[in-house]
Amino acid sequence: MQLSVWTYEGPPHVGAMRIATAMEGLHYVLHAPQGDTYADLLFTMIERRGKRPPVTYTTFEARDLGKDTAQLFQDAAMEAAERFKPQAMIVGASCTAELIQDDPGGLIEAMDLPCPAIPLELPSYQRKENWGAAETFYQVVRHLADANITREPREGRPARANILGPTALGFRHRDDLVEIRKILDTLGVEINLVAPLDATPSDIARIGAADFNIILYPEIADEAARWLERTFKQPAIRTVPIGVGATRAFISEVAEVAGADPTPALGDNQSRMPWWSRSVDSTYLTGKRVFIFGDATHAVAAARIARDELGFEVCGLGCYNREFARDVREAAKLYGVEPLITDDHLAVEEAIIEAAPEMVLGTQMERHIAKRLGMPCAVISSPVHVQDFPARHSPQMGFEGANVIFDSWVHPLVMGLEEHLLTMFREDFEFSDEAGASHHAAHSPKTAAATGQAPENAAVAAHASAPAQPANDANLWTTEAERELKKIPFFVRGKARRNTEAFAQDHGLAEIGLDTLYDAKAHYVR
Amino acid sequence: MNAPTVLPGCSDPASEKAARPVLRERGQREVFCGLTGIVWLHRKMQDAFFLVVGSRTCAHLLQSAAGVMIFAEPRFATAIMEERDLAGMVDAQDELDRVVTRLLDRRPDIKTLFLVGSCPSEVIKLDLAKAAERLGKQHMPNVRILNYSGSGIETTFTQGEDACLTALVPEMPASAPDAAKQLLIVGALPDIVEDQFLRLFDQLGFDKVGVLPARNARDLPPVGPNTRYLLAQPFLAETALALERRGAQRIDALFPFGAEGTTGWLHAAAMEFGIDEMHFNRVVAPGRERAKRAIEHSRDKLEGKRISFLPDSQLEVPLARFLATELGMEPVEVGTPYLHRAHLAQELDLIPPSARISEGQHVDRQLDRVREDKPDLTVCGLGLANPLESEGFTTKWAIELVFSPIHGFDQAGDLAELFARPLRRRDVLEV
Repeated sequence: MQLSVWTYEGPPHVGAMRIATAMEGLHYVLHAPQGDTYADLLFTMIERRGKRPPVTYTTFEARDLGKDTAQLFQDAAMEAAERFKPQAMIVGASCTAELIQDDPGGLIEAMDLPCPAIPLELPSYQRKENWGAAETFYQVVRHLADANITREPREGRPARANILGPTALGFRHRDDLVEIRKILDTLGVEINLVAPLDATPSDIARIGAADFNIILYPEIADEAARWLERTFKQPAIRTVPIGVGATRAFISEVAEVAGADPTPALGDNQSRMPWWSRSVDSTYLTGKRVFIFGDATHAVAAARIARDELGFEVCGLGCYNREFARDVREAAKLYGVEPLITDDHLAVEEAIIEAAPEMVLGTQMERHIAKRLGMPCAVISSPVHVQDFPARHSPQMGFEGANVIFDSWVHPLVMGLEEHLLTMFREDFEFSDEAGASHHAAHSPKTAAATGQAPENAAVAAHASAPAQPANDANLWTTEAERELKKIPFFVRGKARRNTEAFAQDHGLAEIGLDTLYDAKAHYVR
Repeated sequence: MNAPTVLPGCSDPASEKAARPVLRERGQREVFCGLTGIVWLHRKMQDAFFLVVGSRTCAHLLQSAAGVMIFAEPRFATAIMEERDLAGMVDAQDELDRVVTRLLDRRPDIKTLFLVGSCPSEVIKLDLAKAAERLGKQHMPNVRILNYSGSGIETTFTQGEDACLTALVPEMPASAPDAAKQLLIVGALPDIVEDQFLRLFDQLGFDKVGVLPARNARDLPPVGPNTRYLLAQPFLAETALALERRGAQRIDALFPFGAEGTTGWLHAAAMEFGIDEMHFNRVVAPGRERAKRAIEHSRDKLEGKRISFLPDSQLEVPLARFLATELGMEPVEVGTPYLHRAHLAQELDLIPPSARISEGQHVDRQLDRVREDKPDLTVCGLGLANPLESEGFTTKWAIELVFSPIHGFDQAGDLAELFARPLRRRDVLEV
């Protein structure tokens, strides 16, 4: 048993729902008890979809258990087929139905359904949402792809690509897709199919007609793409175009596979991020320490952008999906940090407190953690929240995605000269600690100062999970040094305190005075 | 003031009641399971913690229903069962001990721990009663450990509160054999509403009114044959039975929604306790008038409008009664997950005979009826609201009726406003 307050991923059948909801003409018959319909609201409320997810829940109750839940499933499947007339169905069990072992796949085989039905085996007690989505997409592709499709010879026609991975409830999938279409259009590459988003089962049948596959979201599409690689000899583009560098690499790769000229796409004059980052006012971004956590693909991309394109320092990197932990481990080596692979948000919180970053790039979980700790934060990955579905176009991929990322990461920070003013005139009564490290009110720390404690300590103390600070540390500080420390803006004060204490310990000092503070500052200056 | 006089033409309510047809359906239910009650119960009982023994789905439900991560560290969590728990590689009871010990170490402020059963724990017959007893022996007197089931195979949405309160009833101290008659209000109410009611009962001359659940779960009111209980919520069937097993007697009343409902509710208690009628009127009149004035603000939006309720919280029947009798709305369909005829008898008498009462759900058929009925306002769950809006129906999220203070005189205006707002919004928007 795992004690959990919040989870990064839902159960695997929610992943299957993301595939079914993304597609048209596919219906999901889910053997599930009453209550599992809560998952509908993820789509209708968080994503604001105007249609119910195409899911029929069998809704069995305790009194059905002794009787025939299998019949209930068959009735529901037949009724769904008649009412919704889908081109194909997927059938499976939620966590509870898995325990009663009705075998939806077997039951459906024994029925005379008017459409193909694809059985799903999604082990709820071992796997999670992303895996469920990937497995479902793979099964859908495997069952529906027309194996006898023949590709026309390449000569005399544009190259054709499948874009694989965008789903319902995906982090900015809708907008990423617009950017990818733009790039392919500029390269003269035809799109054979986008899947699962907006694809029908009959569209999937001609998936083999493409010359190659573009895997936008490996968490969803990698499994299916590997099968397609084997079955149809379709090479896969695995570079995920998040960030300027990755977008350039993506364009070059696609151009090479498609035999196209990359120059027009590479010369996109809407790519502003490189100049925005080189512009002198961005100097203050240099070396800002960022902690990054999310799904593996987005976390790795964020780390690359942070260091190479914004000049940040990556002080923590991790992901919650173990299936892709290897990518994060490799990336962590590049940045010289210990990879954090966990789906326990309390462990992530501890790591953030420990790393004391100047900014957090994470999911909605980390946004809440950062809010409590009074740190600026930007969201880079699922799990999603209603705010992650903005009305405006807001991609992460392509050059426009990089522009968006520049804005959304930089805006929560206190800007250049303002930061200096805060440092220079710390004692201005309007520069109170409560003003916070961010313009966004949501990032302001609570008025912990009322207790007389420095906010960063209050935040730590508020969390029983955090390692308690040795009580005698405070005694090392002279009143004078303590007062001086308070003149340092609170968002770097925690680090200054820690550095000074480490310095004092290293040098065997029994007391931290003014000089110790400045000696430590000289020692750690970057 | 009660039922028989209000509806003209209903000279024989008993036969009307017997004759009233109820459409019973089963099929896909678009409702939450009983675990969802934890979202408000864990705030109501400030010393209690709710540990769901379930699956990742349960944890995901709770965080989705709770509006995702509202609280730094809420007083609920899920012990997520994994493959090794099911495959018998570890003893589920040992695992539970380990998880509970870790939890109690982390949260020494917990005084009552509820082990909450879920669909998977019920199906594998994990004996949480046994676990609660064993763990209780270990942790008493610091922590009392209770259990109930909030599983979807047994409970619908608000029935989770019913199950939780039922688990508390045996823990209530017995009142003294010679104790005077005492009033007990049953059902979790927002603190502000509870305080309003307690002030009113105090002014009416009631002595020591008990409340279940108490804000402090270790401070439960006494119960016994001297107890007269008044349900504040219409979904507490099991709690009522448990109280009656302890000798308590129910005061039959309207539920306290709107000026009339609240008056009826208070009046039933006042009559039971022999409160002087004149005194009652004097105490209640200001609140009742205030409620009527507040309700009037929404009348022009609601009067004559047709409304359908899809089943959600079991509040549907009393709310339809309030809208029909106090605001002149016309209930088209009043759907409820369960219909407790005895507790709702007075309410049902006041629902216009033209309204279709339905119990249970087959969501697709019910939506077909909504499309055919074309009500002005449809009250439904979050999974259905946006899809119906995009079809052109104006909707009210049912869950807001559970998560807002709507009981009593001083919330009657807010309650009316909850229904008026979607209609006003529909009229005001030009996009």
